Amino acid sequence: MQITSALPIAKMVGSNRVVLGNGIVHVAGDPNLPVNEEKDLRRRLVQKALDALESEAKE
Amino acid sequence: MKIVHYVNQFFGGIGAEEEAGRPLEIREGAVGPGRLLEQLFGDGSQVLTTFVCGDNYAVEQQDQLITDVLNHLRASGADLFVAGPCFEAGRYGMAAGALCSAVQAELHIPAVTAMGGENPGVDLYREELFIVDSGASASAMSQVVTRMVALGKKLVAGEEIGTPADEGYIPRGLIRDAFVEQNAGQRLVAMVMDKVNGDPFESEMMSTSFEPIPMPAAVADISKARVMVITDGGLVPSGNPDGIEGMAATRWGTYSIKDKDGLDGKDYEISHGGYDPRFVEADPDRLVPLDALRQMEKEGIIGELHNEFISTSGLANPLSNTRRMGKEMAQRVKELGVDAVIVTST
Repeated sequence: MQITSALPIAKMVGSNRVVLGNGIVHVAGDPNLPVNEEKDLRRRLVQKALDALESEAKE
Repeated sequence: MKIVHYVNQFFGGIGAEEEAGRPLEIREGAVGPGRLLEQLFGDGSQVLTTFVCGDNYAVEQQDQLITDVLNHLRASGADLFVAGPCFEAGRYGMAAGALCSAVQAELHIPAVTAMGGENPGVDLYREELFIVDSGASASAMSQVVTRMVALGKKLVAGEEIGTPADEGYIPRGLIRDAFVEQNAGQRLVAMVMDKVNGDPFESEMMSTSFEPIPMPAAVADISKARVMVITDGGLVPSGNPDGIEGMAATRWGTYSIKDKDGLDGKDYEISHGGYDPRFVEADPDRLVPLDALRQMEKEGIIGELHNEFISTSGLANPLSNTRRMGKEMAQRVKELGVDAVIVTST
């Protein structure tokens, strides 16, 4: 699976499990958040990625 | 001109699909379309050798085929290697492309082939080879071979090769400096006008086609799975030990995260010329989310986090390059017994 903020590229090349990241320059983070909240955000994102890996993707 | 020619079992006159398993045969002189080659090259040109091989064998035993052809060619004194034309025959095109590519790179003998635009060999080899656009139909054989001959003559003579449109080969994606009458803005407006008016126009960019990727099965139970992170965001240890290029990268690296609960910016740098790296350099977990994954490993949400990550730089890279690296990474991931990969892309 892929975490990316460049969704059109992921679609173009045919990635089939994609989770939208939190920005090109910090795909799994947010420097505007306090550290703990940023860690929570990252954890939620990774959890989504793991959920995607466990899901049967459809064409 | 001394030519060596490659054809598949069909054009070699052996048979159709039922003979696709036939191994490489080396025949003296011209066979099938090779006779047309000789005739069109003229001036006493000769096809010294024709390699004939079944399409299945050629793809399944590609390394062996390449080795055998190179070994034979080395002592042949050939001026030019020709493969095909292959039209839309996919396996034939892949073999022709692989052989032309190897002959050019290893023996520095110019090579020319021909394929239809949808042939998978085009996607794989058009950046490195002159592939004449054959169209889909073998009934165009003589026109196609005529263009191959014209191109072959120029290649052997070391003459400058014109544009794809002038010479009839499939665009290689090369950019060449040239003087033009109209600047980009003027050409753009002209193109928009044509489009609005419903007139024909030709884009200056070539569209790339991507084959569909088969859907990988879901991970049955992520709490038992071995998970690995790959990134194309160019995260490398300080000093960039593998020299991964910041654009059009040809290399990728594997970096240990053993005993680490998170990534420290002072240990890493970004080799990627396509985005502002400051946020990731300040905290590389923003690209390779090690802190979250490590915690989830401890909590048993994932079975195990593989103790290294793979990194390269995904910027302005020819597809042939990225495909090669992707295959190499996939191979590595398989060998490591990894069950699931998270790829983070900038």
